[in-house]
Amino acid sequence: MAGQSGELKLLGMFASPFALRAKLALSFKGLSYEYLEEKDLQNNKSELLLKSNPVHKKVPVLIHNDKPVCESMIIVQYIEEAFASVGPSLLPSDPYERAVARFWAAYIDEKLFSSWMMVFRGKTDEEKAEGTKQSFAVAATLEGALAECSKGKPFFGGDSVGYVDVALGGFVAWVHAIEKLYGLKVFDAGKTPLLAAWLERFCALEAAKAVMPEVEKLVELAKMRQAQAAAAAAAAQGN
Amino acid sequence: MAEKGVKVFGMWASPMAIRVEWALRLKGVDYEYIDEDLANKSDALLRYNPVTKKVPVLVHDGKPIAESTVIVEYVDEAWKDGYPIMPADPYERAQARFWARFAEDKCNAALYPVFTTTGDTQSEVVREAQRCLKTLETALEGKKFFGGDAVGYLDLVVGWYAHWLPVVEEASGATVVTDEELPLLKAWFDRFLAIDVVRATLPDRDRLLALNKARREQLLAA
Repeated sequence: MAGQSGELKLLGMFASPFALRAKLALSFKGLSYEYLEEKDLQNNKSELLLKSNPVHKKVPVLIHNDKPVCESMIIVQYIEEAFASVGPSLLPSDPYERAVARFWAAYIDEKLFSSWMMVFRGKTDEEKAEGTKQSFAVAATLEGALAECSKGKPFFGGDSVGYVDVALGGFVAWVHAIEKLYGLKVFDAGKTPLLAAWLERFCALEAAKAVMPEVEKLVELAKMRQAQAAAAAAAAQGN
Repeated sequence: MAEKGVKVFGMWASPMAIRVEWALRLKGVDYEYIDEDLANKSDALLRYNPVTKKVPVLVHDGKPIAESTVIVEYVDEAWKDGYPIMPADPYERAQARFWARFAEDKCNAALYPVFTTTGDTQSEVVREAQRCLKTLETALEGKKFFGGDAVGYLDLVVGWYAHWLPVVEEASGATVVTDEELPLLKAWFDRFLAIDVVRATLPDRDRLLALNKARREQLLAA
């Protein structure tokens, strides 16, 4: 690829929203890479993963000329900085706007995923209800963030996608899967119209479509995991 | 008239706030420090950080930024001709950010139980905390500071350990960072605390100890 120096590998897993962020960034920048799917993260992590991310043993890991970079948003910033002359910039050049983008990415990391986990993994109805309530509160805050960052333009990054779009974009396939599984619209057009519109626009981008996992496969995986958890709980009760 | 200058909303005992002060001082930037009573947050703080309502918040010419690590990177970029805080090389920047995240997410979580437990449980959690810090320590190997020959981003993010941990240890009746278990980290504590801008703005040790002792008593009584 013209302008791209060095060899890029990405270790990921099809259902991981964090791996998807890395894929999205690579896709938006127009970078080519070798993708390596971890087939069994739960029971049989690859040698390469264990060697490249010995601290966390998690995906995604970006390997650039044999040097590993871990943590999804750190990978996205690395891609932005190491390939500054390739493709569009994901971060604005103004320091204040960069700080705002980083703030929202950190907020998404801290609040969004954890509220959904409460819904998925909540053992009681109260826990699940609390998770649902929190995820709506987070969505409402992000609606405000989108208004602030986009200033009427289509994306958090303005006319084109940026850092926050990627941070949130990693979760869009799961947003659709959650709707199929629970009938829950995380970015409901009635409650968060800007986010609902953003979701459609983001998913329509060619560079996003190129890397988006199939929602059906996510739904299948979630059902399988729920069945596993239920079986384990039943077995534990039976003993 | 547009608001000019730099303000830091912090709290005297907050490790997150102090990293912002250290960053500004390394850059030679003057700032107004506003000490918040976290039980009774000021209107200004709530106006500048309505999302998380936490300290620290940096306000630069009227524009607020929250999240201490985000603020430190901002300070580095906004005063880019001053002292270099982030490494120049993208890979080293990624490493610095990785370890900062590791310290904030894992080490802090491993350290907190030392403060809230006693007896055998405490001994166990001390070992866990040491394991975590040993992993962090690998980032120090062969270097004077995490940033290399001079302090950088990662030193600023974890630097609070150098002053706070001995206090927490004393308040909790435990020792975590020892010459035997964490020699590199211990040596780095001394070097870091010798830095002028660090020494210039540490919270009073006795006051910090009293605060930690009181909080530990509260937590254990609950």
